[in-house]
Amino acid sequence: MAGPLNENSRVVIVGAGHGGVAVAGRLRQAGYDGKIVLLGDEPGAPYHRPPLSKTLLGESHAQPLKPTSFYTDQRIDLRSGVSVVGIDRRHRNVQTAHHGTIGYDTLVLATGSRSRPLKVPGSDLDGVVELRTATDAERLRGLLRPGTRLVVVGGGYVGLEVAAAVAPHGINATIIEREDRLLARVASRELSAHLEAAHRNSGIGVRCGAEVAAFVPRPDGALAGVQLRDGRRVEADVALVGIGALADDALARDAGLACDDGVLVDEDSRTDDPSIWAVGDATRRLVRGADAAVRLESIPSATEQASIAVAAMLGHDRPATEVPWFWSDQLGHKLQMAGFVHMGEETVVRGDRATDRFALFHLKDGRIVAVEAVNSARDYMAGRKLIRDAVPVDRRRLADTETPLRAVALVA
Amino acid sequence: MPTINFIDADGVVTSAQGASGNTVMDIAVAQNVPGIVAECGGSCSCATCHVHLDPEWAPRVPEPDPEETDLLEFLEGADERSRLSCQLVISDELDGITVHVASN
Repeated sequence: MAGPLNENSRVVIVGAGHGGVAVAGRLRQAGYDGKIVLLGDEPGAPYHRPPLSKTLLGESHAQPLKPTSFYTDQRIDLRSGVSVVGIDRRHRNVQTAHHGTIGYDTLVLATGSRSRPLKVPGSDLDGVVELRTATDAERLRGLLRPGTRLVVVGGGYVGLEVAAAVAPHGINATIIEREDRLLARVASRELSAHLEAAHRNSGIGVRCGAEVAAFVPRPDGALAGVQLRDGRRVEADVALVGIGALADDALARDAGLACDDGVLVDEDSRTDDPSIWAVGDATRRLVRGADAAVRLESIPSATEQASIAVAAMLGHDRPATEVPWFWSDQLGHKLQMAGFVHMGEETVVRGDRATDRFALFHLKDGRIVAVEAVNSARDYMAGRKLIRDAVPVDRRRLADTETPLRAVALVA
Repeated sequence: MPTINFIDADGVVTSAQGASGNTVMDIAVAQNVPGIVAECGGSCSCATCHVHLDPEWAPRVPEPDPEETDLLEFLEGADERSRLSCQLVISDELDGITVHVASN
């Protein structure tokens, strides 16, 4: 029954973030002529998520992913504000909170991720917020004014970007991180140290090795501060909790699909039900260069999976996969990262860290497995290619900015 | 409004109008032109909006800035007429421009 799609088919996509919208657009690009229903549980049209943290207080924080004409021109039946509450795999339909059932021939789960909750006393106070959606961003913006004391719980990318975005607006930001350094899970020690210095130099407080025990209320119920486990306390008017994300895989789990902190998908981005695909943050998959199935939280990964899934649905050849990559902007540092940093066994620095323009190449067995570039797009692009080609490199030439990156590979 | 012509990897031509101040990438995204993924939304981070300028138009388009040049140097399939369409701002001078979408 799960043959290639045709003009009489109906594809239902649950989730209208980057992944879901990419699947819809890609289906039309690839020539699919049947119905596309795109269900989003948030109000309004799909939007770019990165600016929520990167330019929280800037003018460009609300950027639609596509103009509204896109959905009509491409015959994509976008239904915003629709929550899907269940999947009936036997009858091939989804149940929505308000609109009854919608039948599908092919279902795509693009449900994304949700903020990992911090379960400590006081986390339900008014001044304690998270940042996942445009609504969250609006709420956080409304709480910030010059002089506001903001505590960011969690030194991950979202936390660092928010602290960097608000500091120039006279907001006193302090980052509290449980691990002994910022970005402990995702960046190298060298990059963490560089960014920590940049944040401190911008007047942002950084406390690593500090764990939150409770959010403490004032007598009127507003937030007074954050109590740390070591007994210290940080005064705060607003606290942003950004301690990572959990796959939003509840729908899939309830429907009996194989999940493991993420919907498990194969090389075609298909779940263990041949009629159901999944893409984006909600999925876990094998990736080139990784040592185990991973859950990537990134737009490039979601759009790559969208192309892979659509090719499989239509019986086309599987597109080539890319080295996973990610970007961030904070305090004048344009960061571009590719590969898996934790697999590296030695690090080569190219460029001068004092100039804020350099790249960290992480090597294993003499081959580059990851690159972290700071204001250094050329090193990043070359690094991606060198990771993909997996050729042994000459460490000395790699470290020498006078040697072109085309000449760092060891000639066999 | 200026008109932009996209020729995709299969030779299919898409022509669309775009307001001055928008970028060629904005128009490609609105028209769902295959090959323009534009993952970063136009912040010159991802190099997934690669186009080749039509030879006739190449001399008439302002030079790329160093950030764009850096992204282009190691981009697969890039040549001297390569540009990132997020950095091509539409103006009356570019009315009728033709770009070839890079095959990825």
